[in-house]
Amino acid sequence: MKPFKERTRRGATAVYRHPVLVRATHWVNALCLLVLLLSGLQILNAHPAFYWGEVARFAHPIAAIDAVPRADGELRGRMTVAGATFDTTGVLGASKSGGEQLQARAFPSWLTLPGYLDLGAGRRWHFFFAWALVINGLIYAAFALASGRIRGLIWPSLGDLRGIVRDIWDHLRLRFAHGDAGYNVLQKLAYAAVIFGLLPLMLLTGLVMSPAVYARLPILGDLLGGRQSARTLHFLAASGLVSFVVVHLAMVVAAGPVNEIRSMITGWFVIRREKKTP
Amino acid sequence: MSAKPPIATRRGLLGAALGATGAGLAGCERLATSPAVNQRLNAAEGLTFHVQRLLLGRDALAREYPASAISPDFRANGTVNPDSEDYQAHVATGFKDWRLEIGGLVERPLQLSLDDLRQAPARTQITRHDCVEGWSSIGKWRGARLAPLLARAGVKPQARYVAFFCADTLELTLDGTGDYYETIDLADAHHAQTILAYEMNDRPLPVAHGAPIRLRLERQLGYKMAKYVMRIALIENFADLGQGKGGYWEDRGYQWYAGI
Repeated sequence: MKPFKERTRRGATAVYRHPVLVRATHWVNALCLLVLLLSGLQILNAHPAFYWGEVARFAHPIAAIDAVPRADGELRGRMTVAGATFDTTGVLGASKSGGEQLQARAFPSWLTLPGYLDLGAGRRWHFFFAWALVINGLIYAAFALASGRIRGLIWPSLGDLRGIVRDIWDHLRLRFAHGDAGYNVLQKLAYAAVIFGLLPLMLLTGLVMSPAVYARLPILGDLLGGRQSARTLHFLAASGLVSFVVVHLAMVVAAGPVNEIRSMITGWFVIRREKKTP
Repeated sequence: MSAKPPIATRRGLLGAALGATGAGLAGCERLATSPAVNQRLNAAEGLTFHVQRLLLGRDALAREYPASAISPDFRANGTVNPDSEDYQAHVATGFKDWRLEIGGLVERPLQLSLDDLRQAPARTQITRHDCVEGWSSIGKWRGARLAPLLARAGVKPQARYVAFFCADTLELTLDGTGDYYETIDLADAHHAQTILAYEMNDRPLPVAHGAPIRLRLERQLGYKMAKYVMRIALIENFADLGQGKGGYWEDRGYQWYAGI
């Protein structure tokens, strides 16, 4: 990878960190993930239970969300995970979802696309944006590999990994190195885990759920432990992506949101400012 | 022989991507319900269909399982007991007088009794049933292969789809558009595992699962596999059936191609 272009304007030195292709694919990616999450929860609302293996064991899900009537007639929303039950009324299982009364639905309307229950529409949104995510991802991957961005910026070196303890300690004290044009080792690991781990796993587990793909490539099903396992892993990987985005956004805020967000719009990332001399 | 769901165009895909921008902020119900947006989103179905047919091939067999894998808790979805008088009369007489009609664009329309079907070339398969809701169950099916029946009837060259008309009414309407029906293309109709199942788990097909026969279409989702099939017709297109989308659930927003 070529070294970053650098420029100094009005006392601020900036590097051209994100070329236009990275910026464009970043925002398309963000939109796709948001739509896929919300439409995915719409789809999940049709059968909010998870199993392991090829098939459902309806009486013994690993995890499930449902609604049960209470003695006073009101609904109670509950989530069951590995035998433990939690009352989730108002959010999961039973929520008002725009109406006056509690209604039985696993995820509330503000977390689903569309907001009302419509499995067919949820699938329509989901598969359209799944294609968009894949095409966008291929464009990014081709560029990032050809330009050396993966090797130069994302993939952690041995030297990076040796410094990991110090880096974790710095993060815990909310001390971020602002002068660097590149990423620190925790950033590299997080981005690499998303690019090489979670996103390919989303795609793979999604494909295994397709009966047509499964018929042609049953080995993928075996690899993931069966269709219902793939469905469970699809949800877990999605949860992993949500966790990544939460931390990602928190870090943007902690590290200076203006500089960070501007850099993903214009490409220029300020690495230092000259101190004003009296 | 090839079916034509909406073809994905570059403009359609781009337009939908732009049109959908911001829709993710779940409040945008107007966008989510807009027919124009949903029309654009349908482009993905055509893309999925064509890519899957191209890359996966027409003939790949769905996985078949050992008897030990059969689900003890196979769920019956949709209608579990059609309440029409005609159907109930057939149940009462064990489908003795029931006849399956194969008509439409064929040289020799057929009227087949359950015994005729049992004597037709058959296939037994233990396969996984994937419901659009997300669950799966494994069952053992035995039935008449559809391809030899179609050959017997003589499919006319202009026929493109096979339509299945069923005894169950999911929605009461005056014009009959609430009756269950499904359509598949000829490539799927000729697939080796496409059968009219009259047995499930070594017993006559139970009413809850579609007695006397249900379609098995192993590489697509459960709603394609019509239960309570009463009549089969070879057709050129499905624009004038039901509401024109190729099936009961398709008329209500589901995808015609259910391979994913």
